[in-house]
Amino acid sequence: MPKNRNKWSLRKILIRVFFIILPFVILLFIRSSFILLQWKELPKYLVFIISIITGVFAIMALFFSLDRMVSQFPRTVSEKIRPYIFILPAVAILILYLLYPMIRTVLISFMDSKGKVFNGLKNYIYIFTDSHMLVSLRNSALWIVFVTFFTVALGLVIAVLVDKIRWEKLAKSLIFLPMAISFVGASVIWRFIYYYKPPGEVQIGLLNAIVTSFGGKPQGWFLLKPWNNFFLMIIMVWLLTGYAMVIISASVKGVPKYLVEAARIDGANEFTIFFRITIPYISKTILTVATTILIMVLKVFDIVFVMTNGQFDTSVIAHRFYLESFVYRNFGRGSALAVILLIAVIPFMIWNIRKLYESGGSNG
Amino acid sequence: MEDSMKKILVVLLMIMTVASLWAGGKTEKSTEEGTVSTDTSMPLEGKKVTVFSTLTEGDFDACMKPFEERTGIDVIHEPTRDFESLITVRVEAGDPPDVAIFPQPGLLADFAADGIIMDLYEWIDKSYLEKQYNKTWLDMSTFNGELAGLWWRVSCKSLVWYPKKKFEAKGYKIPQTWDALIALSDQIVADGGTPWTIGLESGGATGWVATDWMEDIMLRTASPEKYDQWVAGELPFSSPEVKHAAELMGQIWLNPDYVYGGATGIVTTPFQNGADPLFTDPPKAWLHKQANFVVDFFPRKGDEMKTGDIDFFYFPPIDPKYGKPVLGQGEQLAAFNDRPEVREFMKYIATGESTKAWLEKGGFISPHNDASLDWYPTEASRKIAKMLLDADTVRFDASDLMPGAVGAGSFWSEMTEYVAGKDLDEALADIDKSWPR
Repeated sequence: MPKNRNKWSLRKILIRVFFIILPFVILLFIRSSFILLQWKELPKYLVFIISIITGVFAIMALFFSLDRMVSQFPRTVSEKIRPYIFILPAVAILILYLLYPMIRTVLISFMDSKGKVFNGLKNYIYIFTDSHMLVSLRNSALWIVFVTFFTVALGLVIAVLVDKIRWEKLAKSLIFLPMAISFVGASVIWRFIYYYKPPGEVQIGLLNAIVTSFGGKPQGWFLLKPWNNFFLMIIMVWLLTGYAMVIISASVKGVPKYLVEAARIDGANEFTIFFRITIPYISKTILTVATTILIMVLKVFDIVFVMTNGQFDTSVIAHRFYLESFVYRNFGRGSALAVILLIAVIPFMIWNIRKLYESGGSNG
Repeated sequence: MEDSMKKILVVLLMIMTVASLWAGGKTEKSTEEGTVSTDTSMPLEGKKVTVFSTLTEGDFDACMKPFEERTGIDVIHEPTRDFESLITVRVEAGDPPDVAIFPQPGLLADFAADGIIMDLYEWIDKSYLEKQYNKTWLDMSTFNGELAGLWWRVSCKSLVWYPKKKFEAKGYKIPQTWDALIALSDQIVADGGTPWTIGLESGGATGWVATDWMEDIMLRTASPEKYDQWVAGELPFSSPEVKHAAELMGQIWLNPDYVYGGATGIVTTPFQNGADPLFTDPPKAWLHKQANFVVDFFPRKGDEMKTGDIDFFYFPPIDPKYGKPVLGQGEQLAAFNDRPEVREFMKYIATGESTKAWLEKGGFISPHNDASLDWYPTEASRKIAKMLLDADTVRFDASDLMPGAVGAGSFWSEMTEYVAGKDLDEALADIDKSWPR
């Protein structure tokens, strides 16, 4: 080793010590700012300033200083540690906010209503035998099948159709517009579409106004079992069709022109081209969109809560989970429902991610 | 050699830093405790008390004015339409309000059992409270010897509202018995009108209007002891007593000629709009059973009572054996946090003065003994206050006393389903099944 490398001047040691201590000082700063933020009397503007300083600058400084700290170690060691140092906060947050609650939920799902005494499989048996629960499970299945199918089908048909027209951008924007509305907002809008007033009064609900203008009797749409479920599903289809359309449309544009030309020359009509060329070519995109929507549908809660509160056999799993956990305060059953939801989502999630990797840009 | 020395040095330094961090954390904590303790010596001027409730905004705030002016404490009122669910969410999240106004004793009892509600006997002198409240009110909010809540507003549910002037012009008479009530309904139908208007929709709490009817009928067809057993879960819903009450209710509710808009109208009308048909000319419906707080939702917020356009009568007895019972309900305030300003606030709530502003406006009955009867603005509200005093039996809203899964769950939803066409036996059996045992 060359001599000058091993020379240990006081200044160098101090610099090293400084860089090793620095991350801990910053950590201390972040910690004390958290303690400060817990203080209830703190004025709002100070909360704001401290949050910005800690949340943005201190975290950034922490990463830089950690990087410098790692550099103080011998090169071979530091290069091995560096990736872990960078991934550590993300992993820690993932464990704290995702893995730990998940494991706790699974544990509580085997316990009683207070989540304290072991209960065996009682919660699960209840879910799969109680008539209301079974209705919720059935409804969730209906939602999965119909909302996913109609959203993707409509999105696909619209994507292919608008591809051929001149004012494509306008049409797409209009169909995409509902995506900007929250589920709750959309539900409030649709409440007015389904609103019921007794016969003889002015019908302020759009649907009943149409029905009565043709001489029909106003209907309480939410009471029509099991069709009320479909009245709720329409809302979600309306909201998500734009999303499906935009993604599928991008993919439709990637279908090579020469394939379509060749098919035309061979005498294929538009339907044949649609089913034999377009759909097979963009099938991966369609499946990815379908699984994404499916996962959204499994978690649907807002629409049911706002429209019917699950009354008249319209409840779904996520809504039952809310009722059990927060209204009936039965944490055991609530957790069991959450676990069922989780198990139902996982296969689609894995499949979705795998498809995402596979597609890797090949389908535009 | 030197390399290993370097490493040792580094390790030593790291240990030192961690140690200093530990010590640093400790000092932080002690200063934090220090600030809390200095709080007690600080004046309460400018302190805040958050109150979470289902009450209407302006009225509650008006009641708090004298307190805010006297102490300088800022009472921040956060009203919500979805109290039952949100309070649970907030408590579970570790962010409870300082004070919550509970419309349901069952829910408060749940929280009290969890030990997160402050014992008010420790804050306020017991003998003073016994002077301020009748024993029944204190008993209803005492759990395991601890006082969890203070009653602030009570209401009487056994009232039937009717458009007085037009009612008398038609020659209708106030019914004194159930049979007379049904006869009156038939007479209105014969005159080409619709007797009843009922609004059942109430967001996450849809169904409570139906359970109120059930309870009032139960009190009139069964003994108070049976009623208490029913509340405690000892008398099942499928028992003949409860089923009989539901059938009597159905006699009015499920008769499409009797109710404005029929069953569909009942289920889809928000309870706030339930009384609206009484106010049209001619009235689209003539009778509306609802607690005294419905006055807040009248088109002219209760002025109709002063002009004599609308009035109420007592929901008539059914079986004369059980006399004239009254179904009551109320809101109580419970504290989640112990701070000096919260203690001051709760002391104020125990005085009749805290209800005066709303009392004078009308539509409000105070449980406080030092709330003067002279404060009531109308003969009508004095009439209700007296009705509560003169009743043969007073019982609290049963659904509010039952466990949450029934009282705020299946009892509401199954009665709604019953109105929407579900078989009664099936609905009652489903309520029994949901009772947590």
